[in-house]
Amino acid sequence: MANKPVLESKNITKRFPGVLANDQVSMHLDEGEILAILGENGAGKTTLLNIIYGLYSQDEGDIFINGELTTINNPQDAIKKGIGMVHQHFMLVPVFTVTENMILGAEVSTAGVLNLKEARRRILEISNAYGLKVDPDAIVEELPVGIQQRVEILKALFRDARILILDEPTAVLTPQEIEELFDVMRELKSKGVSIIFISHKLKEVLAIADRIMVMRRGAVVGETFPKDTNQSDLANMMVGREVLLRVEKEEAHPKEPVFEIVDLSIQEPGQLHTVKNVSLTVLEGEILGIAGVQGNGQTELVEGITGLRSYNQGSILIDGKPMPVEKPRALVENGMAHIPEDRQKHGLVLPYPLTDNLVLCSYYEHPFVKGIVRNEDAIEEHAIKLIDAFDIRTPSPYIDAGNLSGGNQQKLIVARELSRDVKIVIANQPTRGLDVGSIEYIHRTLVEMRDRGVGILLVSAELDEIMSLSDRIAVIYEGEIVAILDAKDATREELGILMAGSRKHLSEEATA
Amino acid sequence: MNLINYLKSKKMLVPLALGLVAFVIVIIAYSINGQVTQAVLASTIRQSTPILLGALCGILCERSGVVNIGIEGQMLLSAFMGFMVNVWTGNLFVAVLAGMATGALLGLLHAFMSVTLKLDQIIGGSVINILALGLTGFFYTAGLTTKGKLQPISLGFLAEIPLVGPVLFRNPPITFVAILLVFILQFVLFKTTWGLRTRAVGEHPRAADTLGINVFTTRYINVIMGGAIAGLAGAFLTLEAVGSFERNMTNGRGFVALAVMIFGKWSPLGAWGAALLFGFANAVQTQIQFAGTINIPHQFIGMLPYLLTIIVLAGFVGRARPPAADGEPYEKE
Ligand SMILES: Nc1ncnc2c1ncn2[C@@H]1O[C@H](COP(=O)(O)OP(=O)(O)OP(=O)(O)O)[C@@H](O)[C@H]1O
Ligand SMILES: [Mg+2]
Repeated sequence: MANKPVLESKNITKRFPGVLANDQVSMHLDEGEILAILGENGAGKTTLLNIIYGLYSQDEGDIFINGELTTINNPQDAIKKGIGMVHQHFMLVPVFTVTENMILGAEVSTAGVLNLKEARRRILEISNAYGLKVDPDAIVEELPVGIQQRVEILKALFRDARILILDEPTAVLTPQEIEELFDVMRELKSKGVSIIFISHKLKEVLAIADRIMVMRRGAVVGETFPKDTNQSDLANMMVGREVLLRVEKEEAHPKEPVFEIVDLSIQEPGQLHTVKNVSLTVLEGEILGIAGVQGNGQTELVEGITGLRSYNQGSILIDGKPMPVEKPRALVENGMAHIPEDRQKHGLVLPYPLTDNLVLCSYYEHPFVKGIVRNEDAIEEHAIKLIDAFDIRTPSPYIDAGNLSGGNQQKLIVARELSRDVKIVIANQPTRGLDVGSIEYIHRTLVEMRDRGVGILLVSAELDEIMSLSDRIAVIYEGEIVAILDAKDATREELGILMAGSRKHLSEEATA
Repeated sequence: MNLINYLKSKKMLVPLALGLVAFVIVIIAYSINGQVTQAVLASTIRQSTPILLGALCGILCERSGVVNIGIEGQMLLSAFMGFMVNVWTGNLFVAVLAGMATGALLGLLHAFMSVTLKLDQIIGGSVINILALGLTGFFYTAGLTTKGKLQPISLGFLAEIPLVGPVLFRNPPITFVAILLVFILQFVLFKTTWGLRTRAVGEHPRAADTLGINVFTTRYINVIMGGAIAGLAGAFLTLEAVGSFERNMTNGRGFVALAVMIFGKWSPLGAWGAALLFGFANAVQTQIQFAGTINIPHQFIGMLPYLLTIIVLAGFVGRARPPAADGEPYEKE
């Protein structure tokens, strides 16, 4: 058989109210090939894949599988045709166990009665075969995001997918986990599975893809091969202009402490400490990065200091003033901005329009209220200003946040938080899921805020991001700060060793 | 200690402790006055049956993500239809089926309004309540009675056991079916493919959709089946308990059923426990009023079941989390 593409789309067009999300998209995927799709936020990548997976139906165009014209009306059709998809936003039932999530829709059963034992056995078999370790009995919502992602991938493998669609699978993974994922992808590829892979990280795309397709504003704008291109060319192709891939910043001029965490500990009843005696001080005009392998207490620490979770011991201070426990509004009013890790859970009200999401922490203040009623004009004006400044791709300020593309949802949060007059910014994975152009913009904004004297606490799983933005770097391991380094002296190797758990005494001069 | 921890982890500690307390009280009461104790317990079962059935309807609906406050109306119209069919045909079995069919049809209506039309589900449920009240009120004819009532069945030697026998093993058919349904639904919801899918649809319909599960069909079927069970509750009232139809004879039981569903944390066994507690309080209340020895206005005694239920359940049973997508219509794109 001459190399027929396993999957082909011809002239797919899809419109949403006010947006042309896909414009005559033609693509093909060969057997055992890894095709990377690149494109700025809102370029239409997810839309195209959702059409292939049967979640959306195209307005025009055809899909061919193994050369045959195929209509895919719903995900069931897609699954039957051997297509598996790992979605950009998790499609897991939070209160179910890993096993229940895995088998849902493809249950292992006899006469309608679940056979959980057999299901567990098969899950462990697959998870061992690909080195993707999970506890089949864990409740999904209690797992860190990285592991949840793993469950998603296993879910597709459990269904014997021959065509695997991965929509930004690496956005939430640690570098180590990304390496593991790539091993899995290569393994799958060697078994003849074809993979569509979306990522905003150019390095990854160059490392793993056989072929790269670039989309912009709904249309395919080019195709290339990793050997014929490099990061800046790709960035250029995606955004349509030169992109600065490094962060440019001057020497920091830190002043007084603006935010202090004193001896903070968090412990869930009956469990080990997730955060243990953490003390950190962020100065005005500096960026303090927290480096660490995901799942070492960063999530809990950030939730604790932003008022989303209570703590057992310790205190937090803004400008020397102690802050109440678990009172997010008090923190906001004292000048804290928070970019949360999970944008859909803690960052946005998805069924609310952009306008309302942009005033979530200030809707009750001047100028957004007049007496007891909302000042709609001011709210709209505010939204239009931010949409423009942060380049949020939306047909109107009044559509629901849930209808934005993933990266644009992130930009919406960043816009709201960084546009307020704040003293301290807690940024947890601020550029997760953003395209290179937007990352450049947000990094520049953070540095500008720093230079204006704002204190910034940056938590990121991207070592590159930590290293290029931070002035000081704190390393967290198993809930403890094991070292604080000056960013100028920190090397990748040293950080790697510290993150892996080898202790080092806090150097006196760096804590000053 | 280990046992206690195990029970705690399986969330069985509170129910078991409550059960034990109840058991001891019953033993003491029985040794003091056997006849009254038996009467109270038998009445507990009778009183709890329609509420339990209503709660089971609620559980099926809400587990699949549809809020149903129309249970009251489903029960009422089913009670009426069951009754009328019996009056026309003289057949009790056909009458019960007619009651269930009525409930199922109203379930279909509710599913259509909330799943297909995506109307506000509280309004949809209210429509059903008002419809049932209006229809039954309009067609109500005074003075009719059923041709016979569903009679108790004794389950062989089991029914001969003192106290337990007459209370648990000598009951009319719908009461038996209700108890059986508790176990069947508990099994179906938590041990079968259908149950897994139903719960997934109620928690995260989009996730279920991406796995090829039809959210609409799943919701339709659960709401219709729930309706049939509410219909059985209606049939219980006219064909098993009373033997005639009265205006608004459900008298709020459909709403109490919703409370019982919540107190039972959306699980059939939990709802059974809560319904029994409510039934028990009601039985005691009736007993006190019969005895007439205590001089308290009867309105206050009438409050007793509600008070007791709230105190026990709010005090001992922790907070429960409703299905995450409860009451939210599902939009595909
Ligand atoms: N359900 C929807 N309703 C309305 N508009 C939508 C919907 N889904 C996507 N869009 C719009 O379609 C466009 C393409 O979105 P899509 O999610 O495909 O982008 P993307 O390339 O995946 O971006 P990202 O990298 O940010 O995830 C966006 O402008 C988005 O606002
Ligand atoms: Mg996307």
